[in-house]
Amino acid sequence: MSFHKLSLKLVAATLLAGTALPAFAQDSVYVPLFTYRTGPFAGSGTPIADGMHDYLRMLNERDGGIGGVKLVLEECETGYDTKKGVECYESVKGKNPVVVNPWSTGITLPLIPRASVDKIPILSMAYGLSASARGDIFPWVFNPPATYWDGLSMIVKYIGEKEGGLDKLKGKKIGFLHLDASFGKEPLPLLQELAKQYGFEVALYPVAAQDMQNQSSQWLSARRDRPDYMIMWGWGSMNGAAIKEAVRSGYPMDKFYSVWWPGEDDARSGGAGAKGFKMLNWHAVGANFPAIQDIQKHVVDKGLSKAPKDKVGELLYNRGVYNSLLIAEGIATAQKLTGKKAVTGEDVRRGMENIKLDPARLKELGLEGFTDQLVLSCADHNGHRAAFMQEWDGTKWVKISNPIEPMTEQVRGQLEAAAKDYSEKNAGWPKRTEACDKAS
Amino acid sequence: MLYREAGQFKTNYVADSAIFPLREDRIGIGLIILAAYALAFLGNSFLLQAVMIPFLVFSLASIGLNILTGYTGLLSLGTGAFMGVGAYACYKLMTAFPGVNVIVWIFVSGFFSAGIGALFGLPSLRIKGFYLAVATLAAQFFLQWCFIRIPWLVNYNVSGALDAPLRTLFGVPIMGPNATPQVRYLVVLTIVILLTWLASNLVHGRIGRMWIAIRDMDLAAELMGIRPLQTKLLAFAVSSYYCGVAGALLVFLWYGGAEYDVFNINQSFFILFMVIIGGLGSLIGSFFGAALIFILPIVLGIVLPAVMSPFGITVGSDVIEHLRFMIVGALIIFFLIVEPHGLARLWQIGKQKLLAWPFPY
Repeated sequence: MSFHKLSLKLVAATLLAGTALPAFAQDSVYVPLFTYRTGPFAGSGTPIADGMHDYLRMLNERDGGIGGVKLVLEECETGYDTKKGVECYESVKGKNPVVVNPWSTGITLPLIPRASVDKIPILSMAYGLSASARGDIFPWVFNPPATYWDGLSMIVKYIGEKEGGLDKLKGKKIGFLHLDASFGKEPLPLLQELAKQYGFEVALYPVAAQDMQNQSSQWLSARRDRPDYMIMWGWGSMNGAAIKEAVRSGYPMDKFYSVWWPGEDDARSGGAGAKGFKMLNWHAVGANFPAIQDIQKHVVDKGLSKAPKDKVGELLYNRGVYNSLLIAEGIATAQKLTGKKAVTGEDVRRGMENIKLDPARLKELGLEGFTDQLVLSCADHNGHRAAFMQEWDGTKWVKISNPIEPMTEQVRGQLEAAAKDYSEKNAGWPKRTEACDKAS
Repeated sequence: MLYREAGQFKTNYVADSAIFPLREDRIGIGLIILAAYALAFLGNSFLLQAVMIPFLVFSLASIGLNILTGYTGLLSLGTGAFMGVGAYACYKLMTAFPGVNVIVWIFVSGFFSAGIGALFGLPSLRIKGFYLAVATLAAQFFLQWCFIRIPWLVNYNVSGALDAPLRTLFGVPIMGPNATPQVRYLVVLTIVILLTWLASNLVHGRIGRMWIAIRDMDLAAELMGIRPLQTKLLAFAVSSYYCGVAGALLVFLWYGGAEYDVFNINQSFFILFMVIIGGLGSLIGSFFGAALIFILPIVLGIVLPAVMSPFGITVGSDVIEHLRFMIVGALIIFFLIVEPHGLARLWQIGKQKLLAWPFPY
């Protein structure tokens, strides 16, 4: 075949592909997945991307989509870079996405004001702007199942219980190792308030984003200060480096706590010494659920997934599954509410507000015991759900506590202040015009 | 045949120092500007919002760095931070004085950046080359530290992020979520054209010649009566002014909201690469560089899947991303080998060939 013919064929094929797409989009729901399998955060991003993709793909393969409508899945690579994330958003905007999940606080922030204009709901699962838990101010943004303030209060509560009561924290010193960005600094006001209330001392160890992998100075200071407990707020390579560094500097691992972002690979990097490391989590680890078995059967075994077989059911993989569970529930609830099959972003926003994942529904979905129940409403876009503590036993995560309820009172104080602050600073912030559904 | 200077006589000094002495050039630039404005009405929202607006913003920042590095020969790695100063200054100004039109504040915010730039440019009198790059690197880290540490800069916002409030011009929203990409593109385009026109007057005039003299040999320039301190500081100030305005445009007319992390060291390198690829000491090179570094990966991201899918090759977004990196990297090396003076030099060669066409001698 001559080059000329080949290029003609190419053009024809491209044109065909271009014209075929809109016709196909009529009876389908378009779900873009913002993922990062490249760049410095790929270690955390890849299992999440696999989990997100595989669960939705499984619904397609097993049930033919949701409610009889096929899901059109498309991944857009952000590399955890705000520039590329915004580019991804622009490129998917025209295809009527029903929801976007930016998977980066930096990408979430520019998208928040656009959501209400473009009528595309944002699902920033347990990250992003904590104040967006307020549905009356941010009708288009959802951040279930808990905010960082909830998370911090749970860790402090757990430590307090171990000491024999929160009042026993008096005079203790708690170290706070955090990424020096808005993500890591967000819990600070609450931490200071709790410190005042319960009389403990706080030592801060900020880690700049450019030296996440080199934390020797922070751990040297920690060795000098000897904090009784260490709480970590990190992401990406910072988590693994912190655990490794903690093992090296001989910090007692059973006193080392983290928010919900480290994964198995991070803990493994600490070697045998990482045993005893604890972190919050809100969903199960492992593949012993009918739905995840179905992923194995319909997606992974057929070679439709990028995930290696042994990674299915790991912590961050299941985190991705949970994210997709919320997307699927949002779509299913929207279909129920509107009676339409091919729902739009506006419908899914209503659907998300009416999510009711109770044990019965989880069982129906084949995820019995996978996670605690989650009920969202018009006013509450977060749920403020309890999380549990899990411990690294050297090879896997072991659940070691019952669900810990957040300190509602203190968290609400922070939330009110932040939301008030936001609406005051943004005088032009639009009032909510979206009607609430009766059910919520 | 179409492009020649024969018959176009310059009869006075003003005509001789004109930026576009050739009639064909004037027509060409007029057509380009016209096409750029027409694009606002022809292009779709993806083209305007994800391609053209950022391209113009990066071009402006590249012009800023080109003034410093290309024309004056002072290497700087603080571009990202200087852009940040502009963005934060613009945010403070427009929230403190919401009554004044935001366009005014975008232009004024550049002066804050200019001041900071001149301050960090002080060491340039004593140190040169790589050592100066290290000094400006200090500016990058120090300013970035300020953006995180000083909550006053973001009005004590809990999220620590900048966000674009609703602002209008003649009753049309130009900033904030309700501003359409079309309007924002027109605003950015007009600002970039104005500032590029100003820059071309600067670099072609007395000031620009002083900069070039300093770049080519500062000792000789000093002996000719050019004061190195003032000239270098002026270069830093003007360069930072452009970067500052670009930073304000980046956050408020492109992203609509951003964290401090947007102005990190990678941003500085990104702009520096644009300047080097585009051509040091060339304004049009700044546009070429921004196009190659910023637009090419986007085009590849669209073209690659379209080219591969007819052959039954479906690849994931991550593979496309890796391919983008490899192809862009290879192209950069290719262009640097073929033409070490950047794309601007290729353009110049092309123009010379055109002058002689179709009868090359």
